[in-house]
Parts: sequence; C-alpha cells; structure tokens
Amino acid sequence: MFYVKHLGIVVLLLAVTNVFSQSRLDSVQRLNEIVVIAKRYKEIIPAQTLKGAELEQLNSFSVADAIRFFSGVQIKDYGGVGGIKTVNIRSMGTNHMGVFYNGIQLGNAQNGQIDLGKFSLENVEEISLYNGQKSEIFQSAKEFGSAGSIYLTTKRPRFEKGKDTNVKASMRTGSFGLFNPSVLYEYKISEKINTTFNVEWINANGKYKFRYRRVTPSGELAYDTTATRQNGDIDAVRMEGSLNGYLESGMWKVHVYHYASERGIPGAIVNNVWRRGERLWDNNSFVQGVYQQDLTPNFSSKVNVKYAADVTHYINNDDKLIHVDNIYKQKEAYFSWANKYALRRNWDVSMAYDFQWNGLSEFVDVSRVTHWLSAATAFTVADQLKIQASILETLVNEEDRQRDDVPNKQVFTPAVFMSYQPFKKHEIVFRTFYKKSFRMPTFNDLYYTDMGNAFLRPEYAEQYNIGVLYDTNPQKQWFESFHFGVDAYYNYVKDKIVAYPKGQQFRWTMLNLGEVDIRGVDLTTMATFLLPKDLKLTGKLQYTYQEAIDITNHADTYYRHQIPYIPWHSGSAIAMLAWRNWSMNYSFIYVGERYNQQENIRYNYTQPWYTSDVSFSKQMKLNSLLLKFSAEINNLLSQDYDVILNYPMPKRNYRFLVSIEI
Amino acid sequence: MMNRFIYILVIATLLYSCRKDELVVPTEYEILPMEINSDTDPVGMYVLNEGNMGSNKASIDFVDFRNAYYVRNLYAERNPNIIKELGDVGNDIQIYGSKLYAVINCSHKVEVMDARTGERLGQVDVPNCRYIRFHRGKAYVSAYVGPVAIDPDAQLGAVYRIDTTSLQVTGKVTVGYQPDELEIMGEYIYVANSGGYRVPNYDYTISVVEMYAMKQVQKIPVGINLHRLRKDKYGKLWVSSRGDYKTIPSRLFVLARKNQNSNEMVVTDTLDIPCSNMCIQGDSLYFYSTEWNEQSEENAISYGIINVKTKELITSHFITDGTEKDITIPYGLKINPENGDIYVTDAKNYVSSGVVHCYNRNGKRKWSVRAGDIPAHMVFLFKN
Repeated sequence: MFYVKHLGIVVLLLAVTNVFSQSRLDSVQRLNEIVVIAKRYKEIIPAQTLKGAELEQLNSFSVADAIRFFSGVQIKDYGGVGGIKTVNIRSMGTNHMGVFYNGIQLGNAQNGQIDLGKFSLENVEEISLYNGQKSEIFQSAKEFGSAGSIYLTTKRPRFEKGKDTNVKASMRTGSFGLFNPSVLYEYKISEKINTTFNVEWINANGKYKFRYRRVTPSGELAYDTTATRQNGDIDAVRMEGSLNGYLESGMWKVHVYHYASERGIPGAIVNNVWRRGERLWDNNSFVQGVYQQDLTPNFSSKVNVKYAADVTHYINNDDKLIHVDNIYKQKEAYFSWANKYALRRNWDVSMAYDFQWNGLSEFVDVSRVTHWLSAATAFTVADQLKIQASILETLVNEEDRQRDDVPNKQVFTPAVFMSYQPFKKHEIVFRTFYKKSFRMPTFNDLYYTDMGNAFLRPEYAEQYNIGVLYDTNPQKQWFESFHFGVDAYYNYVKDKIVAYPKGQQFRWTMLNLGEVDIRGVDLTTMATFLLPKDLKLTGKLQYTYQEAIDITNHADTYYRHQIPYIPWHSGSAIAMLAWRNWSMNYSFIYVGERYNQQENIRYNYTQPWYTSDVSFSKQMKLNSLLLKFSAEINNLLSQDYDVILNYPMPKRNYRFLVSIEI
Repeated sequence: MMNRFIYILVIATLLYSCRKDELVVPTEYEILPMEINSDTDPVGMYVLNEGNMGSNKASIDFVDFRNAYYVRNLYAERNPNIIKELGDVGNDIQIYGSKLYAVINCSHKVEVMDARTGERLGQVDVPNCRYIRFHRGKAYVSAYVGPVAIDPDAQLGAVYRIDTTSLQVTGKVTVGYQPDELEIMGEYIYVANSGGYRVPNYDYTISVVEMYAMKQVQKIPVGINLHRLRKDKYGKLWVSSRGDYKTIPSRLFVLARKNQNSNEMVVTDTLDIPCSNMCIQGDSLYFYSTEWNEQSEENAISYGIINVKTKELITSHFITDGTEKDITIPYGLKINPENGDIYVTDAKNYVSSGVVHCYNRNGKRKWSVRAGDIPAHMVFLFKN
C-alpha cells in the first residue's frame, strides 16, 4: 500500500492546519477532502460515489433514492415514503448485493433483502457502489463475498479549531404529510476521542394522488381516474450513537443503532380494491465495533464485531382475507479478524477470518453458523499495473434438524482484478475483473412452510468486466475537470433459486432452476466548469444498457426473453449549478421499456418512465449559526408511472428543509 | 468529441423510447386448426385465466368453434371504460340464461356480462368469492369469509344468494371454514368446506344448506381440506379432498342418499384415487391429479376416467398419444358434451402464459393454443 502511505503523509501535512491531530490511519480515511491527489489511480476499480454537498442536493430522501443515480443499478420501488425499495446490481438479483453500514454488512437471513428505503440520508455522509468488491485487500472476509457492494458511511465528526461541540438540527416537511425532524450532536471528549448522537423521527400519512388513464386505439378516452394512495403511512424513529477513538497508529469505533417503525403496506391497486389492511412493525437494533491497529510498519490488523436483533411484526387486518399475525425474530452475531502484511513496498498480502451466527424464530426456529476465510494479495508493477487476487472459502453449518436435514455447504470463490495505466502523464486507466460469487439460500428458501426446500444449493454468479477510465483536470480557467468511464460486462447466473409450481392450487417449492445470461455496458461521465461570476456547473451523465435473458430451458415460452423489470436502457443526468451560497440541482432519471413478467409479450409490457426533479438551496451564516434552506420539487412534470406493476408512484411532490448548525 | 457522442446517444435513446398513451389491453385473434362450421353447438367456450395474485391479470378468452378462432383477452376491449379491467384472480366462470358470470376472487366481485358479447351488465360485490352455481333465477356464491367474526382467527365462510335479474345480494348463510365448490340438488345446497386458512386444522365437512330458508341444516364429515364437489346423473355427489400435502393424500369421496326415503347424504365410498380436478360427462368422470414427489423433485400427474355408475377406474391415461408430457401443471378440465372433445389447460409456472390443449374423445391431441396467465376455468356457450 505504497500509495496510501505516501498519500497519508501528504494528508498529514495538509491536516496540520486543519482540525484535530489524527493518527495516520484516520487521515487516510479522510482523503476525500483533498480530492485531486486522492483520486489519482488509487483504486483498481473505483467506486461510484455520492457524498457531501452533492448528496445533499440530490432530491433524495432515502438511500434508495440516491442509488438511482448510479449506473448498472435497478431499483424496485413500491412507491411512497413507506414503500419498500430494494436494489439489484447488473441484473443479478437483490440477494447478490451486499450492503455495508460503516464497514459491516447488514444482514437479513430470513429473506436476504435489505430495504434501502428504510435508511434515510440524514446521517449518511457517503454512499459508494462497487462492482465486484471494494478494491482493497485489507478487509473482512465477508466483504469479498458479494457480487456487488454498497457502502454507507455515516457522518464523521469534524471540529473547527477551538470547538468541541457541534449541533445540527433540521426539519423536513412536504408532501405525504411528512414531518421529519432530526438532531445531530457531536462532542469532542478529548483530542483522541469523540462521540456523536443522532435522532430522527419520520412521520408521514403517506397519502398521495395517483392516476390511471387508458385510451382506445382510436384515441378515445377509455378511463381516467385519480385516487389517493391509502395505507402508506409511516411512523419511524431512528437513534444512532457512536464513540470514536484515534490511536497512535490505529483507531477504534463503537456504533449503536436502533430503528423502530410502524407502517402500512399500501399493496397492489387492482380492480375493485383500492385499500388494503396490511401493517408492519420493524424493530432493528445493532451494536457494532471496529478496532484497527498497525502493529508494525508492515503489519496491520483489524477486528470487527457486531450483534444485531431484529423483530418484525406483520399483520393483515383485511376482513375479506385470511387474518395473519406473525412475529419474526432474527438475531445475528458476527466477528471478523482481518490482517494485512506488506511483503515488499509494492506487494501486500492479507488474510481474514469471519464468523457469524444467525437465528430466526416464528414459522420455524432455525439457526446457521457461517465461517468465511479469505486470502488476498495486491501487487503493483512500476506504478502502472495493479493486480489484486482473492479467494474466499465459505463454510455454512446448517442446524441439525429432525424433519428437514439441511446439508452443510462449502464453497470456494475466487476474484481477480487488474488495472493498467499505460501513460504516466495521462490518466487513462484500463481495468478488468473476474469474480465468482454466490448467495446462500435464505431461511425462507429453505424452511418456509410448505414452500421451503431443504436441499437447495447456493446460487452462483460469475462476472467478467472490462473497461476504461479517463480523467483530466486541465485546470483551465473555465474547465475544471472531466471524467469518463465505460465498462462492458458479462454475467452468468446459474442455479438461480426460483419458485416452481408444485401440485395444485398455487403451491410452490424452491428449486435451483434458473439460468440467466447478462450482458451490459455502463457508462459514466462528469464534467465541472467554472463559469464567470462565481458560477460553477457540474454535469453528470450515467447510462446503462443491459440484456439479461433467461436461458434456463429451450422449451419455456420465455426462453431468451429479458427477465422481469430489467430495462434495456436506463440512465440519469444531473446538472448542479452553484453560485456563492446558492445552489440549484436538476436531475433526470430514465428507465426504459421493460416487461413485468418473464414473457416479453404485449400483455406484460411496461412503459418507460422518466422523472425530472429540481431543488434549490441556500446557506446563510448568522453569527455563529449556519442556516440552510432547501426546497425540492420531485416528478416535476407529474408523470403517472409504475415502477412495479400496480404500485402507482406519486405525481408531482414537494419537500422543504430547514437546518441550523451551531 | 466524447461529449458529443454521449449527447447524441442520450437524445437518440429518448426519442426512441418515450412514454406513449397507455392503451386498453388489446384482444388478440388466433386461427385454430379446426373446420369452420356455422351450425356447431356449443357455439364456443369461454376460458377464464386466473392471473397471478396482485397482477390484476384475470382475463377471459373465447374459443370460437364456428369460426375456428381463439380470441384472447376480450374483456378489456369490450369494456374499455371499466377501471383496471376484469380484476385480480379469476376463480370461476359460468353461464346462466343469457348472462356470463365470472367470479373474481381477489377483486371481491362477481362480474356479470352478456354471454354472447362479453359486455358488462353489472357487478355484485362478494368478499373473497370462490365458486358460483344457479337455481331458479338465483345465483349462489361460496365465499371464504362471511360476516366479520368476533374471533379473527375463526373466519367462517358463507354462501351468498344473488338475484340474477336485479344483481343484488338477497341473502347469505354462514357455512364451514373457507368453502370451495358447491352444488345444488333438490332443495339443498351442498358446500365443500376446505378450512384452507386454518392449516393444519383443516375443515373436513360438507355444509348442507336449505336453499329457500338459507339455513345450514347439517354438516357431513367427509375428509380434510375438501375442494371439488360435483353431482352425477344418478343423484350422487363426488367430492375431492386436497389432503394436507404431507401425510394425508388427496382423495375422492362418493356421497349418496342414506336410503330411498331419506334426503340425508352419507359417504358411501372413499376411492383410493387422488383427484385435483374433475368433470363428469354422462357416466364418465374425467379427472387428473397432481402430486409432488419430494425425492424426484417432480410432479406425478395422472389423467384418468372413472365410471360413476360402477365407481371403477376405467383408465388412468385419458391422453393416449403421449402428449401429456407437454403439460407442466394441468389446471383446468372440461368435456365437450357434443363431440366428447377433452380440454385440459396447462398453468405452466403460474407466472407466464398458459396453454389450452384440445384432445379428441380418444385422447389424441387436436390443437393447443396459448392462453392468458393460469387458464383454469371453462364454460360452453350454447346456441340457445
């Protein structure tokens, strides 16, 4: 990690004038403040990142809203403030995506899906998306495990000289009856230790107008109806606290998280049914800690621990339907120990061992123990060629059960990443990677009443990626920087876990049946211009082309058809204009035509949708107070669209924010 | 240069694929390999596709025997003004008089149409409705939930009575748990109670309802998780049970009068034959059964005929040309009373288009046609 060391020194020098004295490690983590140097050819495959002011300006309420601006990503959005939002990357399915919160994976052993609509951006400083894995070998074994990873990093405290307390209070309101106050408190206990505490309350009735309109082929209006979305209310409280310590050549951090919510599940809008009676209570709590230390100049070690307890209570109150009242309890205990050793100045090796225990109770009481063991190496030749290789062994010990004896699993998955910068003077970097990964059958897949299949095998995904990146910072008066990246990829998913009909009357079982062939191109570009009169304009464009076809069986009517909800074309455009302490943001999202079921026939056709969002914000200094106001208009042109069939999305809606920092 | 390239690309993409007006779900016509015969009776057959839950894709197709057409998805085009079309999960389709009735389970309604044109005449709201039968100007509809019960976990089902002229609910009677098929014989309605919401405490009874008073007079114990219930021409009832999908298999039961002077029905036979669906034509009871084999991870399917008079299994292969291999999940069964043609629908994986297969009376396949999602219920349209 030659680069990191050198950059560390640079940062350290710069940091002297800055804030508080830090260890080398911590200053490395704070690289993002010195953008130009830090970005330069550090990661083999750079992440797509949204952070800081840019993230604040994007019309996004939850993490899921922000992720829409990444290329290669598809969101399933069931609409509204409380609607579930899940993400999948490069068409491989949500369960192949790892979501990491301050470096430790968020788990859901029951169904493997993380609802990113539940994570508000209030306390998030940075969101990064990695294809394959993070280009770093000093990480926990689990971090080598996903096909794609999202890293959420919470706000890190920064104290101005002479200040030991930061307080920020904010209040959001707007459409859907939103009432969303939050408070952030940061306190510097000593030069080496600080603490943060953040509370947020989200309350919304979730009501919004939506519209369905149809015309006959001759152009006559068939029907045009506008109704109000019901049972989409949410009442949620999130509390987070952390204690951060900086050591001579290390750091530690303890983080506590608690989220409690009650919400309605609005459900599908079908003929004669406009409201439903499903309610959901979530209680997610975890405590996690990390301790990292450079033991010798060549040897570093990191320990992560986590304990999480989740309770989900689901009821269906609809008196026309089966009455359901279920409580699911999940527990997770996690330990990880990662080590890195520098063999040479340009050659690092690492090893990590992770252990996790998962338990679930309700429809079934089950548990599982998983061990991960990873070995990785990173090698640099003449600062131009970088190679990383890793291998991960995963051992799953399923609980011994009388009725359905689930076999244990052992899987090896390799990954190789390479990048090459042919010219030292020009920032053109070629990159390529191969990765094999898998997802475990979830507890639902294995055990769910009637449907579960104890003999399921893991579902594999293989990824091949090749791309090029071009960066320039001409530092001309008006043209600040330009960035362009393009990647082409081929993914192959096999033994995909799918529901298969069994017997009669909507009875299913889970089988390793599916096979998917995915080919795509991701394109990202960004340019920053400094215009006259203190105007700064940043433009960003993302485009994704994907062909993800089902190649399971020649006999299927959907053989070689695009899989459901994957558009061929999708993309986004962002324009940000800043003038002194005013800023304006325009963003556009486009999701092209797609099909809502396996067969690509007209009865399953879903129209493209595209929305324009605008926001304005202003910052003011008032004595020692920093005030910020912003107003957002989302779906400016009030398009009536469904992301998921029969889950209508809101028409034009508004959001306002006031925040005060002391 | 790159900028311009991207610019062009974006513009091209947008022009290529903008949103258009959402059109009414169109009807498709497909020619069937049959002879055109303008005198055929029945004139045609309606097929109700259930559609997966939440998809709102229940749809009606029509096999036009006279013009040799398969008319796919006719409801929306014939009723373009109905908001969100036919609805969610069709569960039964029948014709009575000049009206066509479609029971739409998850839209909680019975859709009433003109039997010749498919144009809507009205709808009757029945919560969680399942099956429909008729008698003397009245329709009787089984429904999984009756009046709101005090104990939410013990939701008894009901049979609703609908006046077929005014299309109003004129009465209802509470029966067992989650009633499925029903049949009318004499002055009584017989309802097969499943108890499907009460796993593993399934219901195991047939409710006997006195039709004029709409009063449950008896519950006949039969077997757990009852489903189909049909009468034969000898006054017997044939009832199928689903079993518990584990240790208790699906079975076929026969009920007959206790004695000649009694109206009381009792179980006289339990046939050691699993039955998923049946259709009685004359003396023949056609049936199929689908049972999941855990070891081979495959469905074991059989297609058989029972003689209702002798209660003997005539054959366990009414499809004789080997083409039953093309069926993934049989989901509907109907026999043409005129020429003995057999119609079997295939629901495939429930989330893609199913198929309607037609076999002649000797079990040789005549034609197959793509239907909607989960084609399941069929009814003939006769000349008069």
